[in-house]
Amino acid sequence: MKRFARLLDDLLFSPSRLTKLRLLKDYFATTPDPDRGYALAAIAGGLEFRFAKPATIRGLVESRVDPALFGWSYDFVGDLAETAALIWPVTPADDAASPHLSEIVDALGGATRAEVMAQLGVWLDRLDATGRWALIKLITGGLRVGVSARLAKTALAEMGNVDIAEVEEVWHGLRPPFPGLFAWLEGKGPVPAVDRAATFRPIMLSHALDEGELLSMDPAGFRAEWKWDGIRVQLVGRSGVRRIYSRTGDEISGAFPDILQALTFDAVLDGELLVRRGDDVGSFNDLQQRLNRKLVTDRMLAGYPAFVRLYDVLFEGDEDLRPLPFTARRERLERWFAGNVAGTALMARFDLSPVIAFADWPALREIRAHARTRGSEGVMLKRADSPYVAGRPKGLWFKWKRDAGTVDAVMMYAQRGHGKRSSYYSDFTFGCWRDTENGAELVPVGKAYFGFTDAELLQLDKWVRNHTVERFGPVRAVEPKLVCELAFEGVQRSTRHKSGLALRFPRIHRIRWDKPAGEADRVETLAAEIQE
Amino acid sequence: MVAINTAPKPSDWVRQTPQGLCVEPGGFFIDPVRRSARAVITHGHSDHARPGHGKVLATAETLAIMDHRLGGEAGRERRPLRYGEALDIDGVTLRLEPAGHVLGSAQVVLEWRGSRVVVSGDYKRRRDPTCAPFVPQECDVFITEATFGLPVFRHPPDAEEIARVLHARAIFPERCVLVGVYALGKCQRVIRLLREAGYEDPIYIHGALVAMCELYERLGVMLGELRNATGAGKDELRGEIVLAPPSAIDDRWTRRLPDPVMALASGWMRVKQRARQRGVELPLVISDHADWDELTRTIDEVGAREVWVTHGREEGLVHYATGRGIRARALDLVGYEDEDAE
Repeated sequence: MKRFARLLDDLLFSPSRLTKLRLLKDYFATTPDPDRGYALAAIAGGLEFRFAKPATIRGLVESRVDPALFGWSYDFVGDLAETAALIWPVTPADDAASPHLSEIVDALGGATRAEVMAQLGVWLDRLDATGRWALIKLITGGLRVGVSARLAKTALAEMGNVDIAEVEEVWHGLRPPFPGLFAWLEGKGPVPAVDRAATFRPIMLSHALDEGELLSMDPAGFRAEWKWDGIRVQLVGRSGVRRIYSRTGDEISGAFPDILQALTFDAVLDGELLVRRGDDVGSFNDLQQRLNRKLVTDRMLAGYPAFVRLYDVLFEGDEDLRPLPFTARRERLERWFAGNVAGTALMARFDLSPVIAFADWPALREIRAHARTRGSEGVMLKRADSPYVAGRPKGLWFKWKRDAGTVDAVMMYAQRGHGKRSSYYSDFTFGCWRDTENGAELVPVGKAYFGFTDAELLQLDKWVRNHTVERFGPVRAVEPKLVCELAFEGVQRSTRHKSGLALRFPRIHRIRWDKPAGEADRVETLAAEIQE
Repeated sequence: MVAINTAPKPSDWVRQTPQGLCVEPGGFFIDPVRRSARAVITHGHSDHARPGHGKVLATAETLAIMDHRLGGEAGRERRPLRYGEALDIDGVTLRLEPAGHVLGSAQVVLEWRGSRVVVSGDYKRRRDPTCAPFVPQECDVFITEATFGLPVFRHPPDAEEIARVLHARAIFPERCVLVGVYALGKCQRVIRLLREAGYEDPIYIHGALVAMCELYERLGVMLGELRNATGAGKDELRGEIVLAPPSAIDDRWTRRLPDPVMALASGWMRVKQRARQRGVELPLVISDHADWDELTRTIDEVGAREVWVTHGREEGLVHYATGRGIRARALDLVGYEDEDAE
């Protein structure tokens, strides 16, 4: 437990992906089975205990500590697990007595809640503060140390010097503590034999289109579809096993029970997960109501029902369709849809992403200009003969996004960045003008923290330092004098922002050193672009 | 101690004023926050040792630190007092005793007509290789700080934290470990602790730390080889330990360093959220203030009937003392900063 707690602590404070990878690899390489396997499961998912509710933890602590002191401490620290871990009265224990992670996992596996609570006090007595923190996080179900399942798998792949796709192929067929997986990665055993039916298949990704490339591309050799503004998912229904994976292979079945129960078929499908609002497709903003939920209420299911717009098929039954050309797979998808979905109740959960007919590139460019009214981000181009290839192969799939919107906005606040940028003011809040009784005022419309070069960052940082009018902790208010042209993907209504709207993916397109702040855009100009 | 009935009430002769604690019969203030005719200074940190006083009484080390920091403003007339040496000021007997906070730091022991009051100043109980250890003084009233006056604050052994610095250095040979330390006290303590852990290599320090380190060495605290980090090149600093004031560790100055592992040595680093907010990669719980166990143990040891709490998280400590049958109250003195500000 000590090593695992130290790992979580180190991960929590590591600003960079590379450091996290190094920490994970080091831990896996030097920690014996089965502890490392349980640690992997705790981090990457597959090991979750919900024995202890916050109130239970609090009650346990207050049985040992003066409740008044606990109350002030909790107010000061602000996090229950951390307060409990820090305030727990230290009882001297030698190292040998501190429980192993596997010991804890084993005990939790067969125990009732009452037994767990009795045992928890004993464990807490035998751990140091970081150990106690990790244990409470583990049993209350929320590690939150900034490591995705994908990152953990990347560490495994690097450790075994194999492609991450190979790890993905076996991952979902394995159970903690993964002894066969580690043996394979360390060269001490064969690739673990798993029932691969329900595993995630690494998905195929596209490149952003450089319009110059169109000259050398034959329009007849490509198929076009709308690029939808949801999240990419892989649906797996194989011999009774149902799973929904995100594009990175994280399982998100739990958040979408409405989709999961509709996976009554035997196939692996690729598509875009979206939500409905009334008769329309909801915006990305609406979809966010459904993302990353551990608990899905009936209200959410009714207010934001999810569906998947299908655009590819990877398996039908046991048949692997990935080697087939796109047009053949599309045909199979349409046939499958007609036979399994059309005319059934599943229509509420699935539809087909239409193929856009076009004669040549100028025609498609014209169609693409209307992407916004279709609730789409642009168009996708897929080579007609492209097999389904994992990763981002060159020359097969392209995304041709609609042109970004732009707005001239005035810098209002600046904040220091993180990691390598911690010495720079690199996160900026921008505002546009609106009229009030007392004249024009600036109201924030969005934050931008990329889009500039390193040299421009130096200039911006210097400008912020020389034009600061007020400081609030790490934030500086600056003179409203610098105009930047922001590019953005869309405008949404927002109740959080004073301006009533928020920009999607805003970034700095150009710094307008030349432009007087008074000539920056007005809030109404942006409001006209809100997509309902 | 003298028969209690005849002794004056402590609050009749030691008063809380906007200027700071005033010892009325002696006509002087302790760590006054405004210019005062007569000041007793517990230690050299800038919120306690302020400029422009008339007569200043402190240990020789504290006076040297004030001289260095305040120059002509360090007090018109300066009187050094050795630890344990008694001095009569208009009937008030005053002694300074080690507080273990930084070099020269002192508790102020005051006696008047059989009543004894001890002002702890800022203090800690654990061993510090750069200053004399705190010695508890029996008293009627103990006036204490409470910077870390909640039971969530328990500082781990220094050696464990120093070992983490050395570990980070070992696993990141292409980076440097940048440790944020206060210029007075923490800086020299961290250096000495590194030396005690067997680290003999040169330690690189920010220009703002150089003069105080030189002063410590003149006062007999040897620090080993130090180099100025400000002039050093990126390649020279790879794999090295660099110390800088907390305000510099996330500012422009760090751009000269090779991808620094950002560490900060402070009692606040015990709280993970605090460390994350500062963007700290390696939080080091090393504090010059007493933690909860030290604060409460000291209250038990000095045997005071009353405890007054000057600054910090006073409610917890007042609650603790009250629970022990000790009269306790918070003074809410203003002008003294939490550890981060030094």
